[in-house]
Amino acid sequence: MRIEQPGAGHAPSATVGAAVVLSLKAVHVTLGPAAQVEALRQIGITVHAGERVALVGPNGCGKSTLLRTLHGLLPMASGERQVPQASRIAMLFQRPHMLRMSVRRNLQLGLWLSGVPWRQTFDRAQQALVRVDLAHLAERNGRALSGGQQQRVALARAWALQPDVWLLDEPTASLDPHAKRDVESLIADFSAEAPLPGRLPPTLVFASHNLGQVKRLASRVIYLEQGELLADLPVNQFFNHAFLEAHCPQAHLFVKGETP
Amino acid sequence: MNTFTDSIASALQLILSGDAALWTVVTRSLAVSATACLLACSVGLLLGAWLAVARFPGRSVVLTLLNTFLAIPSVVVGLVIYLLLSRSGPLGFLGWLFSFQAMVLAQAILVLPLVTALTRQTVEDADRSHGEQLSSLGAGLGLRSLLMAWDERYALLTVLITAFGRAVSEVGAVMIVGGNIDGFTRVMTTAIALETSKGDLPLALGLGIVLLGVVLLLNSLLALLRRWRERLDGGDLRMATT
Repeated sequence: MRIEQPGAGHAPSATVGAAVVLSLKAVHVTLGPAAQVEALRQIGITVHAGERVALVGPNGCGKSTLLRTLHGLLPMASGERQVPQASRIAMLFQRPHMLRMSVRRNLQLGLWLSGVPWRQTFDRAQQALVRVDLAHLAERNGRALSGGQQQRVALARAWALQPDVWLLDEPTASLDPHAKRDVESLIADFSAEAPLPGRLPPTLVFASHNLGQVKRLASRVIYLEQGELLADLPVNQFFNHAFLEAHCPQAHLFVKGETP
Repeated sequence: MNTFTDSIASALQLILSGDAALWTVVTRSLAVSATACLLACSVGLLLGAWLAVARFPGRSVVLTLLNTFLAIPSVVVGLVIYLLLSRSGPLGFLGWLFSFQAMVLAQAILVLPLVTALTRQTVEDADRSHGEQLSSLGAGLGLRSLLMAWDERYALLTVLITAFGRAVSEVGAVMIVGGNIDGFTRVMTTAIALETSKGDLPLALGLGIVLLGVVLLLNSLLALLRRWRERLDGGDLRMATT
């Protein structure tokens, strides 16, 4: 069974009329050497500018696969992915990878790979490091930073790209509480930033096991189980126990911590 | 026993006195193997890095062949290169048979699969764990493989040292294509074989000691490199968990 916000289809009412920044239609994704694992089944999602969408569900439900599919990193077995040409997408992983070079070079390289001329990368990298309060570590080897610092550098790398859409795959899952708070606070700040002239408000799509974080950051929650989208609701409805129990018992069990 | 100890003493004397015959052979041997390794690495590192990230039909067959070539006997490589370079062979016009170039070519072909296979494994392991992050930043396959190879440069240095060790200690290929000509193509391993058969044990032993020293030096370098990398990774891990 699948439930969505009554009367609003895939788009919560606050975003009706806002520009679509990402959409998937009837998407199937298979994984494994012989494409034997059906990781996503019949997924349809429309994400509007300014939304903060949380992907939740038990381990292996397809959250990371969905994020990778939204980014375009994974090929689809069938279905359609639509991204307006102007949309810039940045992705953050649970364990960010720093290349064996200075923090500054890591940022410069990220910018250069996404098409920024090398001579402009220095200033933009510096701005981004100041933004995450790590300018003093600019010349340190990226590998020598702590997990929390590396995630902040990865956030800076993404912020420097001035993305319209942020895709975050459990960005705080492997961090200690202090680092978790720092990173979450930066994510909240970035998603609330006023858009640059002519640009759309930032959109956030993130996977998380932390329901407190989902309540703090999300405006909309998508619940997945075994590759299927079972619920797509505004955050207040998702955390309304009576409503959820009546309409999506699996998601309700998950929220209560009793998922199989 | 006396012959053995006398030979060892004479061998050490040859080494320490800077015997021209011995050191000429040693220098030539190192030059052949170093050039062969540079050639093999310039191709093998790129090819291995590309194979690590590229996906194409028949890739598994290519990898199986590559792994098979890892165990190819050096005499077989020597024989093939001999046939290619012999006057009636397709590369006979080069006139390289029994020359420095022929030995370089044979050793380069011998270590090329080693360099390619080890590079492929190293880069593929790294790519599996975080190659996707580079793709998410916009790196295409080619750039991603080069960046991964650069990121694993310390591991690839051990590949280079391993390849040099394999090249400098092989005897079959250089014997066949070099001909072991005194003053031209005589290298450490072929000289040891010849001098032993002639009964000139001090020179053979002297060369053997130098060869052993070279291999020992390479292994020490490998061990140092490994310890350095472990310390670096351990440091990263400690930092990451604080």
